[in-house]
Amino acid sequence: MAEEVKLLTTWSSPFALRVVWALKLKGVQFDSIEEDLSNKSPLLLQYNPVHKKIPVLVHNGKPISESLVILEYVDETWRQYPLLPDGPYDRARAHFWAKFSDDKVSPSIWGVFIKQGKEREEAFDQIFENLKFLEEELKGKRFFGGEKIGFADLALGWIAERVCVLEEIIGVKIVEEEKFPLVSAWMQEFVKVPIIKESLPPHEKLVTKIRGIREKFLGAA
Amino acid sequence: MAQVQLFGLWGSPFSCRVEIALKLKGVEYEYIEEDLSNKSPLLLQYNPIHKKVPVLVHKRKPIAESLVILEYIDETWNERNPILPHDPYERATARFWAKFIDEKCIFALWKACWSEEKEREEAAREACEHLQTLEDVLKDKRFFGGDMIGLVDIVANFMGFWLGIIEEATGVKLLTEEKYPKLYKWSEEFVNCSAIKENLPPRDKLLAYMRARYGVSITY
Repeated sequence: MAEEVKLLTTWSSPFALRVVWALKLKGVQFDSIEEDLSNKSPLLLQYNPVHKKIPVLVHNGKPISESLVILEYVDETWRQYPLLPDGPYDRARAHFWAKFSDDKVSPSIWGVFIKQGKEREEAFDQIFENLKFLEEELKGKRFFGGEKIGFADLALGWIAERVCVLEEIIGVKIVEEEKFPLVSAWMQEFVKVPIIKESLPPHEKLVTKIRGIREKFLGAA
Repeated sequence: MAQVQLFGLWGSPFSCRVEIALKLKGVEYEYIEEDLSNKSPLLLQYNPIHKKVPVLVHKRKPIAESLVILEYIDETWNERNPILPHDPYERATARFWAKFIDEKCIFALWKACWSEEKEREEAAREACEHLQTLEDVLKDKRFFGGDMIGLVDIVANFMGFWLGIIEEATGVKLLTEEKYPKLYKWSEEFVNCSAIKENLPPRDKLLAYMRARYGVSITY
């Protein structure tokens, strides 16, 4: 049976982008199915009834949800270009940083994005705290994965892909090069990787969309 | 220094998960009880980012976050009692449910038990929805992992043991045999499993702690 790989996605989702990057790095052919999250398709509701979210990878009719779970599945199923290192300890470190990205970094950056005044200052403290740890981890390394991008880079990659968009919208620098030279260098190196570069969503379209999201949030607050 | 050390907390379900896994694999380890109001320098050195337990230290290398630790244990001591299945799709399914329990269920159940009266109805509704989801996932299996306990069973230890105690301390009834017969039966099988029951905190001590900490002094 010919292999069938589909990805339920949206053009702007940073979580879906992780999966796109992983599949492309491994040279896996797949079909993208663009979802309208304001009008979720029966397919999405069938494939991800618990969360009703994208991304969902469907491999030969079997759905997998949650971007980090999908990344693990992709890495275990298509063995070329391994995303995770070999040794259990190094794999645990990669898993740890991926979790750190979603549990800590993401909420802190979102906090700065939607908050104002004193609350935003506090959110910045949180970001700096998180960025310090990332800076430390990057010492002596080009990427979190070492010489080439790996699991942790894909999990954290939204920082490289999206922070400049957020900075443009709020008019404030979030990752300052003087304060976080290694993280800044990593961000620039990451988006230069050909697979990553060619998959970036259109910049102006993304700025418009995310600016709209922010305005809605601030309007509702 | 022992080759394997676990920094934990006697009443923490997260810490308990790691003990269960080490027990399943027959790994000898040194247990170090942390006082979270007075964290040890070693804990702060081994987990500077979160400053939390559990932390597993193996050959002087620390690993934090219970789900990360569980996978590390499974990969490192891989001769017996696999925690994750072999097949990638089944592994993805197990990881999905483990994440669901950790990120959605536990918080919803906790809120349903401890919320103020007016928020409790909404919290209980969400908690019951999640319990029903798990009831459906379990189907006719003895454990989430099949015939043997696996990752999802270990991560669901909060439902298997802690929830019943919190229900007793607060009077809130969520996981009942009438509504969730399969999950209820699972919780009984779970606490009777040899790898589990030796690593659970003493029931009376935990009940007293729950009652005292949250100011519930009525005995039911």
